[in-house]
Amino acid sequence: MSSLSENKAMCRAVVAAAVFACAMLALPAAPAAAPFELKSVNVDLPDSDQTFPSGPGSDAANNNCLACHSADMVLNQPTLSRAAWTAEVNKMIDAYKAPVAKEDVAAIIGYLSQLRSAK
Amino acid sequence: MTGHSLMSRRRLLRTVAYGGLTVLSAPVWADTTVRLPLPGGPDERPITTAFPQKGPMILQRTRPPLLETPWDVFDKGVFTPNSQFYVRWHWAVIPTQVDVPSFRLTVRGHVDQPLTLSLNDLLHDFPVFEIAAVNQCSGNSRGFFEPRVPGGQWANGAMGNALWMGVRLKDVLDRAGVKAGAVQVRLRGLDEPAVDDGPHFMKSLGIDHARDGEVMIAYAMNGEQIPLVNGFPLRLVVPGWYATYWVKMLSDIEVLDQPDTNYWTKTAYTIPDTPHANMTPGQTGVKTVPISRMVPRSFFTNLASGATVAAGQPTLARGIAFGGDCGVARVDVSIDQGRNWQPAQLGTDEGKYSFRRWEAHIQPPARGNLEITVRCTNSNGEAQPSAPNWNPSGFMRNLVESINVVAI
Repeated sequence: MSSLSENKAMCRAVVAAAVFACAMLALPAAPAAAPFELKSVNVDLPDSDQTFPSGPGSDAANNNCLACHSADMVLNQPTLSRAAWTAEVNKMIDAYKAPVAKEDVAAIIGYLSQLRSAK
Repeated sequence: MTGHSLMSRRRLLRTVAYGGLTVLSAPVWADTTVRLPLPGGPDERPITTAFPQKGPMILQRTRPPLLETPWDVFDKGVFTPNSQFYVRWHWAVIPTQVDVPSFRLTVRGHVDQPLTLSLNDLLHDFPVFEIAAVNQCSGNSRGFFEPRVPGGQWANGAMGNALWMGVRLKDVLDRAGVKAGAVQVRLRGLDEPAVDDGPHFMKSLGIDHARDGEVMIAYAMNGEQIPLVNGFPLRLVVPGWYATYWVKMLSDIEVLDQPDTNYWTKTAYTIPDTPHANMTPGQTGVKTVPISRMVPRSFFTNLASGATVAAGQPTLARGIAFGGDCGVARVDVSIDQGRNWQPAQLGTDEGKYSFRRWEAHIQPPARGNLEITVRCTNSNGEAQPSAPNWNPSGFMRNLVESINVVAI
């Protein structure tokens, strides 16, 4: 990016060029603004096959968490307290209706609470 | 797609099963990574070029996508290229195919005449409206909160500025005819919950806000159609408000005669009803309100902590600023922890909701470490605070930005 003064000089040059271009167009009944068209889109979104690092409770985490989101989201979290991880798991179940097996909840919280040392 | 050279370690497509759900796995891993200066880490993120219609992005989460704009992009200009505009989705069921001829936007609820509009209708039957506006995630910069909080661990790149083109929401609502007694307008897109009974992502705006003539339905972004992961074919644009309201793949507009009680409007995205949405960790009984208007911010884009500058010589510092819900009145720079400030020169005004370039020459007085701080004051007279805010969701960070350079 050039300095602001250079930008202004460039803007003036662009404006001058635009004025010149308009003058050259001789102004017949101006057609409507250039039509903007949309094109259909068909793409593929990448996915992740990453699983949680092996450790006590990692199977429960793999089996319950990865249906809705990839593991990187969890592995990018900072060190959080057990209480904070409990709140997160409960939010997934209560607010987002994650179908987490009841017997797995404690194992998931336990796994996440020692996540940093598991890596 | 650019940056294929970054992708030398592609993995083969293969199918894996998680808890009975079969997903197709595609390569997203790159040899290139970036370190984000997040206190306590983890700080390493891949740079991915695997997402369609996107260039190199910081990979925060693959599914549903959370992609952060690499910081160097912000030094190149005040408009963020579509190919590197950040991406944030709540649910993973995102249509990957959108057919322009058959797509429809519905307008219904407390109106005289429900509408079913094609994209052709929107492109040709309504006045064209354009506005430059910053789109910023409520949780932009969450990764800098201390104590750290859960959520997308963004550095400062969950924001972008674009020239949006489309139609005013007001014009669409007027065509449907809003009935007396309407209180809110609820917006919904094509994305769907990944689980049964999960709350469909929807956001509501007050009826007067929805009809203010600035809230718009964009079909173009920086002169091009919107990338799919940024909300093709239509995205709500709510100038001055946090991005949670900017519904992507907008497909349904419902005028309500009762306040919206859905999870995403009423429960999620709430902040402490305090100055700067600030509270103490562990504090209880704090009244909360939905997040809404943005607040001023400013950033360095040509210098970062660790850079070396010449002692006793003028050094150019430059960056971007925005006022939040109004324009930038001034940007000031300090080299003495905020005791003295010098005004920065402001670049072209692209509109009050846009990023604005600033630059200033600072002169390091002597060799050694030097902290440089930048502060934006908006046209409502609100300046960035000198202390960070804290709340458990990591929302609305906007303290002054400082970098530590070395004068040699």
